Amino acid sequence: MTTTVRLQREPFDAAKEAAALARGRTDIGAVVTFTGICRADENGEPIAALNLEHYPDMAEAEIGRHVEAAFKRWPLLGVSVVHRYGRIAPGEGIVLVVTASSHRQAAFAAAEFLMDYLKTHAPFWKQVEKAGGKTGDKTGEKIWVEAKASDDSAADRWAPAPTKRETAS
Amino acid sequence: MKVRYFAWVRERVGKAEEDLDPPAEIATVHDLVAWLARQGEGYAYAFENPGVVRSAIDKRHARADARIAGAKEIAFFPPMTGG
Repeated sequence: MTTTVRLQREPFDAAKEAAALARGRTDIGAVVTFTGICRADENGEPIAALNLEHYPDMAEAEIGRHVEAAFKRWPLLGVSVVHRYGRIAPGEGIVLVVTASSHRQAAFAAAEFLMDYLKTHAPFWKQVEKAGGKTGDKTGEKIWVEAKASDDSAADRWAPAPTKRETAS
Repeated sequence: MKVRYFAWVRERVGKAEEDLDPPAEIATVHDLVAWLARQGEGYAYAFENPGVVRSAIDKRHARADARIAGAKEIAFFPPMTGG
């Protein structure tokens, strides 16, 4: 099994990461690649960029714990997670999850599981940098993105959570 | 112990981290939040709604009833919005 968890400021190349995971292997029959991309709007208002703050020492460990949980749950052959921090412009990738397995079901399910947990458990916080919209917002004004209840319920459907300690109250 | 703050909790408290030595009767994360909220205006604002702020002990998510004895690092932050 191959595992990569990487945090970086610079953009990533999804195709390159997926190719690296499967390179030289003939046991892998399915690779699922998910890329989360920065949109040019937030709640209908144009944005200039997203700024991602993170808890450096914890983010890698937390993502690693969820990757480990995914390996326990599905017959995976490889997982790569790349998460960016810092300033991210619309159209650029924010997060990449690549899962590899012999068959598609495990790869699809594990990718979705990892994304649902990343959104609710990985210590990252998005801040919107406004582009100035119809409500008279100032360009450059910075607003923290609020967590969505729908993301919590998406993560909850995979319950029981990997371990009790990993579930914040 | 080292206490770290992130995102709007950091902005409200006015610092990213500090070394604190809370009184011995502060046993849980919940106790620490209540004690911090009395340390000044910024702290009171950050923890005005303690149910919202999340915490981690030594880089693992922790619940409000988690005991803090022996912790090297405690972090407080809003609900996460990564991914």
